[in-house]
Amino acid sequence: MSRGTIPILRVADNLLVTVQTELHDQVAEAFQEDVLAAVEKTGAAGLLIDVTGLDIVDSYVARVLSDTAKMARLMGTETVIVGIRPEVAATLVRMGYAMPGVRTALNVDEGLAMLPSRR
Amino acid sequence: MTIRVLNRDEMAVETEHDVVTVRRKAQAVAHGRGLSTFAIAAITTAASELARNVLAHARRGTASVEAVAADGRSGVRMVFRDDGPGIADLPRALAGGYSTARSLGLGLSGSRRLVDEFEIETAPGKGTVVTVIKWARF
Repeated sequence: MSRGTIPILRVADNLLVTVQTELHDQVAEAFQEDVLAAVEKTGAAGLLIDVTGLDIVDSYVARVLSDTAKMARLMGTETVIVGIRPEVAATLVRMGYAMPGVRTALNVDEGLAMLPSRR
Repeated sequence: MTIRVLNRDEMAVETEHDVVTVRRKAQAVAHGRGLSTFAIAAITTAASELARNVLAHARRGTASVEAVAADGRSGVRMVFRDDGPGIADLPRALAGGYSTARSLGLGLSGSRRLVDEFEIETAPGKGTVVTVIKWARF
């Protein structure tokens, strides 16, 4: 389902995307395209983006993540970003970018519980 | 306060890959200097923002990442230097949310909030030099 290094898995009615690589520009664009293409193809009810593997999220990556959530919402799919680490949360808030309008959860289980089901 | 430089790495900032290299170097040096997890994330993120700024506004420049010590404190100093167009409206650039390139416009304002010391020298047509320091707290 994905052409890059970022795995996209189906979990019940939802898609689970696990970001582990650093999202530099080219990877970030491919990430966005791959995720949105998978949303369209599967008709997923929800999208979970797991960022537990990211120890650094700068404003560029934060924007890529929140833009992806907004794009998925336009397509009719709700997104929850899960696993933001304490140091990443602290850094983003101090920088003045707390990803407004993006839903977040502590972990994949809690994120899944926040998403609707199509059935 | 005299700052002693224990080690210095000078790197070119010309490609997206260089941004990653600078970020990793900042992270490694911060770890080596005994900074906390939060402080490491802060200085590494500032490295990323400032290196991206060089690419976005000047297309190329240099970054130096230094292990420093002063008054028994241990820290990381970084200097980002470019010969780009410089910043005409510095107060506005430092206020944040102002961007002339494709970004959130948080590069300078965000980095400034992440570090302990922040200095900028710039003028239209004269390039930009940004120096930041993050200290370990004991």
